[in-house]
Amino acid sequence: MRFMLIMQGTASGWDSMCQWKPEEIQAHIGFMIKLRDELKDGGELVMAEGLDIPRNTKVVTAKRVDQPTVFDGPFPESKEFLAGFWVVEVPTEKRACEIAARASTAPGPGGKPLAFPIEVRQVMCAPVVEG
Amino acid sequence: MSDGGLAREVERLLQELAPKVVGAVTRRCGDFAAAEDAVQEALLDAVAEWPARGVPANPGGWLFRAAWRRLADLRRNERARARREAQVASERPELAAAAPDEGAGEADAVLQDETLVLLFLCCHPSLSDASAIALTLRAVGGLTTAEIARAFLVPEATMAQRISRAKRTIAESQVAFELPGEAEQARRLDAVLRVLYLIFNEGYVGSSGAPLTRVELSSEAIRLARALRVAKPATPEIDGLLALLLLTDARRLARTGPAGELVPLDEQERGRWDRAQIAEGSALVGAAFAKGAVGKYQLQAAIAALHDEAPSTEATDWPQIAALYEVLLRIDDQPMVALNHAIAVAMVQGPAAGLRRIEALDRDARIAGHWRLDAVRGHLLERAGDRAAARRHLLAAADGTKSLPERRYLLTKAARLQPG
Repeated sequence: MRFMLIMQGTASGWDSMCQWKPEEIQAHIGFMIKLRDELKDGGELVMAEGLDIPRNTKVVTAKRVDQPTVFDGPFPESKEFLAGFWVVEVPTEKRACEIAARASTAPGPGGKPLAFPIEVRQVMCAPVVEG
Repeated sequence: MSDGGLAREVERLLQELAPKVVGAVTRRCGDFAAAEDAVQEALLDAVAEWPARGVPANPGGWLFRAAWRRLADLRRNERARARREAQVASERPELAAAAPDEGAGEADAVLQDETLVLLFLCCHPSLSDASAIALTLRAVGGLTTAEIARAFLVPEATMAQRISRAKRTIAESQVAFELPGEAEQARRLDAVLRVLYLIFNEGYVGSSGAPLTRVELSSEAIRLARALRVAKPATPEIDGLLALLLLTDARRLARTGPAGELVPLDEQERGRWDRAQIAEGSALVGAAFAKGAVGKYQLQAAIAALHDEAPSTEATDWPQIAALYEVLLRIDDQPMVALNHAIAVAMVQGPAAGLRRIEALDRDARIAGHWRLDAVRGHLLERAGDRAAARRHLLAAADGTKSLPERRYLLTKAARLQPG
């Protein structure tokens, strides 16, 4: 089974991260790298990416492909944005949630766990052959 | 021969030789995990060199020598590392104990077919499905890690780790590199057949425009089933599995619509079915039944043969299929089998009879509330003329399925039943 683990960020969260001490940022990054390696070593990692910050994001809408509307930043009314995600291949949803719990403990200021909410959504997979 | 033709020839040859070389190297050095890694490296060497320099006169011997050299390298590195870290014993003492510096006189020996030993090893009950599948494809199938990773749409490093961990599990379970006794083989054959069926099922069903190097897992499963049949002849359940794979694969082209959508059996264009595969599958089914003992793969194959031989859904021998499902339920009481039985009963006695059978499944905790129950209910209710109820169940099934093509199919079917 494949699951996408989605890490939601907030604008205020991002701003506060910019106030962290260098060693706190390093610890956070180190944690993410270590988690990625563990998932790879366990044969569970399909994909893991961090996404660029909202300020560099664009939102594109179009009724005609040659007349798009392009806004800077994520949807104005949304307070949250997708910060990053993992796609893991595991035998049960329980295991996917275990990994999500681990991701949620990523450290922040003072090395304390951030307790990020991590969304766990199953990836639709190919059908079992029947017919 | 064109470049593409030579590459395919090389690939075919390497796949055939891989299990033989893994067997020979393992027997010589006593370490399956190290041998398998070494052979994988040798295969990569061959893929790089043979198309350019030509296939060697003794390709098996070439692979054996290449793998042996890799093992020697591994051993030297282990010893050097052990010295550097001032360890008393390296983590792989069995490598130090082996004597791979000896000349590879083995290269001239005839390579035995170790397919059966390897299949029992790689499909050992201690392994998870994903591990058994990956290890079988590499050690027995002779596929490279990259090919297996691509087939399962997983990064290569992830797949490599899965295979390493699988071998570690086997080492920890202390599984010997020997053919199990007849009684033990009979007990463990089911695990082997199951892994091959899973490989067939989980294969990526690509379009006909697939690139040359993409591995078609369904074809690979069939190839391995054939190899198993040669390695362990006169085993009806193996014939049954091969027949089932052939009879199912025969319908492959008709199973996908022009937009890549799912086409269920009763809507498939039967002219697109592969008649040669059907003929071979049917012949195998007939021969297997003639031997007397009847197992679940033979029964499923017999049912598939009845479908494949029928000119249309209406002209299908549904009473025979229903009877076969009844026999299958007696030896393999699975709710999904019961569901398929209900469909067959509905085709013989009308949708109401099928729906009554499904009501019994509502009380079976293994399948109650499952989206497949809703899907079949929806299908039968439509045939019974209750459009509103059919639509409700089809929408519930669409909510529950994890398959995108299946969801789209169910939503489309439900949409056709909208009032007005």
